Amino acid sequence: MPLLAVHELSVSIGGTAILKSVSLSIAPGEILGIVGESGSGKSMTLLSVMRLLPRAARAMGAIRLDGDDLSEKSERDMCAIRGRRIGMVFQEPMTALNPVHTIGRQVAEMYVLHKGASTREALRAAADHLAKVGLTPDRVPIDRYPHQLSGGQRQRVVIAMATALSPELVLADEPTTALDATTQVGILELLKGLGRRDGAGLIFVTHDLAVVAGLADRIAIMKDGEIVEEGPAPAIFRTMQHPYSKALRAAATLAPRHRAPKNNDAVPIAEAKDVGVTYASSWAIFGSRQPTRVLDGIFLKVAPGEIVGIVGESGSGKSTLARALLGLAPMTQGSVSIAGESLAAAQGKKLRAIRQHIQVVFQDPYGSLDPRLRVEALVAEPLHLLDRTLSRAERRTRVETMLERVGLAPADADKFPHEFSGGQRQRIAIARALILEPKIIVLDEAVSALDVSIRAQIIDLLRDLSDRLGLAYLFITHDLAVVRALADRVLVMHNGKIVEEGTVADVFADPKHPHTKELIDASPGLEAVLAARERAGAAR
Amino acid sequence: MMLLSAARRTRRLSPSLLAGGTLTTLIVAAAIVSFVWTPYDATLIVVENRLLPPSLAHWFGTDHFGRDIFSMVLQGARTSIAVALVAVGVGLLIGVPLGLLAAAQRGLFDEIVMRTNDLVFAFPALLLAILITAVAGPGAVNAILAIGIFNIPVFSRLARGSALSLWTRDFVLAARVAGKGAIRISHEHILPNIASVLIVQGTIQFALGILAEAALSYVGLGTQPPDPSWGRMLAESQTFVALAPWLALAPGAAIVLTVLGLNLLGDGLRDLLDPKTRIER
Repeated sequence: MPLLAVHELSVSIGGTAILKSVSLSIAPGEILGIVGESGSGKSMTLLSVMRLLPRAARAMGAIRLDGDDLSEKSERDMCAIRGRRIGMVFQEPMTALNPVHTIGRQVAEMYVLHKGASTREALRAAADHLAKVGLTPDRVPIDRYPHQLSGGQRQRVVIAMATALSPELVLADEPTTALDATTQVGILELLKGLGRRDGAGLIFVTHDLAVVAGLADRIAIMKDGEIVEEGPAPAIFRTMQHPYSKALRAAATLAPRHRAPKNNDAVPIAEAKDVGVTYASSWAIFGSRQPTRVLDGIFLKVAPGEIVGIVGESGSGKSTLARALLGLAPMTQGSVSIAGESLAAAQGKKLRAIRQHIQVVFQDPYGSLDPRLRVEALVAEPLHLLDRTLSRAERRTRVETMLERVGLAPADADKFPHEFSGGQRQRIAIARALILEPKIIVLDEAVSALDVSIRAQIIDLLRDLSDRLGLAYLFITHDLAVVRALADRVLVMHNGKIVEEGTVADVFADPKHPHTKELIDASPGLEAVLAARERAGAAR
Repeated sequence: MMLLSAARRTRRLSPSLLAGGTLTTLIVAAAIVSFVWTPYDATLIVVENRLLPPSLAHWFGTDHFGRDIFSMVLQGARTSIAVALVAVGVGLLIGVPLGLLAAAQRGLFDEIVMRTNDLVFAFPALLLAILITAVAGPGAVNAILAIGIFNIPVFSRLARGSALSLWTRDFVLAARVAGKGAIRISHEHILPNIASVLIVQGTIQFALGILAEAALSYVGLGTQPPDPSWGRMLAESQTFVALAPWLALAPGAAIVLTVLGLNLLGDGLRDLLDPKTRIER
């Protein structure tokens, strides 16, 4: 008998079908990976199993845990099942933990609630269990609060809570998406080990094929509320039939780009000399004014038409560097020049003229477009930098040209941002960056928030624009695959410093700095993961 | 415009919005009607008609001077709405730009604005109003001023808080990359995005303004005779409340219904304009 059997589960909210007749099963000790893009229904499947669907949702079908039909349980019975028989790990560990309780207390709560343990016993058991997930008391005492831990440590606490009572089934919803690549490796190992040791089943939901490829025994691919393909891993990658699975796989393996090196002797289009940014806490009557050093002695040159990737983990100073180049972050030392003109010295008309050369595209296509403006006004915004005011007709023509250039329709100019999908919104943001025909665009994690298939389209668009218009990019990302697919040169940042730089081919083939090595090891491509698994399979 | 599109998005009007909207429309209509028609002259004293109970001739009865209560309530609505409207207007026109500017400039200017707000907040609103009218003399204009001054920190705080969270958004950063200055960004990006919060707060302050005007008039510092005012009608009815309870009932009910209507309207608008109820994303 399978541990969990979901039979023809359908969920609808307000007449819209969210899940359509989803059937899946999982055996004890098995790891099932559910892969799909945003809105495909993967999280809804997990919530249905937990019976935690939104109030307006109507569910049909059977969910059996070890033969018990969960859909017939009362809320009271479900409370006893949640946590004790099914544990759940969420995407964002900071919001999954209560900030005002110590981590020990939060794990101990599981023992008190479900086993009626005394506080003292529960705390002792919590300490033991936290040690099992890698948080030994000598390094992370149990009286720490969530904000005192790193993101990876917090996710370990959440996993400890989910597994404290050795549940038969653990559900993990994008548990490593919010973490840095180097941290992700440890969490994946931990989840894998838990299943193997306790014989618990694990359902792992993610958008990242490479992650499940290395982890799962079986993979189900979801699209629009349906499972379109399911099979054992890694064999499924060879036998994939459904066009969507194939597209997903093709998109996950971005082809590296090779092109002739750019002429580095030309006047650099963007140059940073010894840039440092130190944040003092803002003007305050009370409180400390301890300064934080975010950037330290950065030297950087981008040649015309060159694509430079900047990689690093969160907090390494990548985004601050981007802001310094855009003239948005106050620099405490050094200088930035755009097209040979110093940014700090310029003011008024001169500054506007310099700014025409450099534009930006941000990560979140939902946050970077003012929801109250129409696309025409959004795309036309940088025209403010021109000395003369364009006529309405002229403005409209330019906006329409840009929309067409990024693959949208001219008529889209009259719509509001919320009428577009994430990928289309990012195209609007790119159109806005292009309208002044700048020489360089700063792309701050510009494809990180997009689904893999859309990400590939946007990368193609960016490549094409760079080739046709001779655009230079400063591409900031934590995703090495994207850098490999797009950039000519790469800079590796760590703790506000550039620790390594070179051509993409050189750095990836022969990383010098230990941090670069760590980054590369932590994010193997899908093909590398599959090859490693095939080798391991053959050896066995 | 914004309200209409929001209503179209949710495709239904909440009960509180409907009830609040109806009540508020009725009161405003009453005030407008009073300009062209009241059953009697609200200031006309007819001594032989004094303290008449409600009847067909005098719907709400008459007071101790024989004035028609219904006419007085109608005209009182005018005073109440005018005072509250101007007071909210003062708060919006001065408070919102201050808050927007504080959020845009931060630093010392922000600190000065916010600490001044704290100072104004530290006094109970009504006490402050009484202080001002006591110093500057009673009267409708001074009442407006007093209530309006108290509205300034309410709106400047709200505008600053909402604006601060918007200043961290990427679309504002994109506008800065486009070379736009703080004032232009505040006007083009921040203000339209906080408008819904301000509208909702506006209805609540409007209700509070009506209460404040009534309270000031009640203690004799608001609208001066012979102009009718709900607050002063209540004050004058006190002596006769055992003899002629309708004297207190009519203006009392008018105040309660107006404040209730505006509060319901505010609740309804908040639900309607709340980004969480939108289908966006």
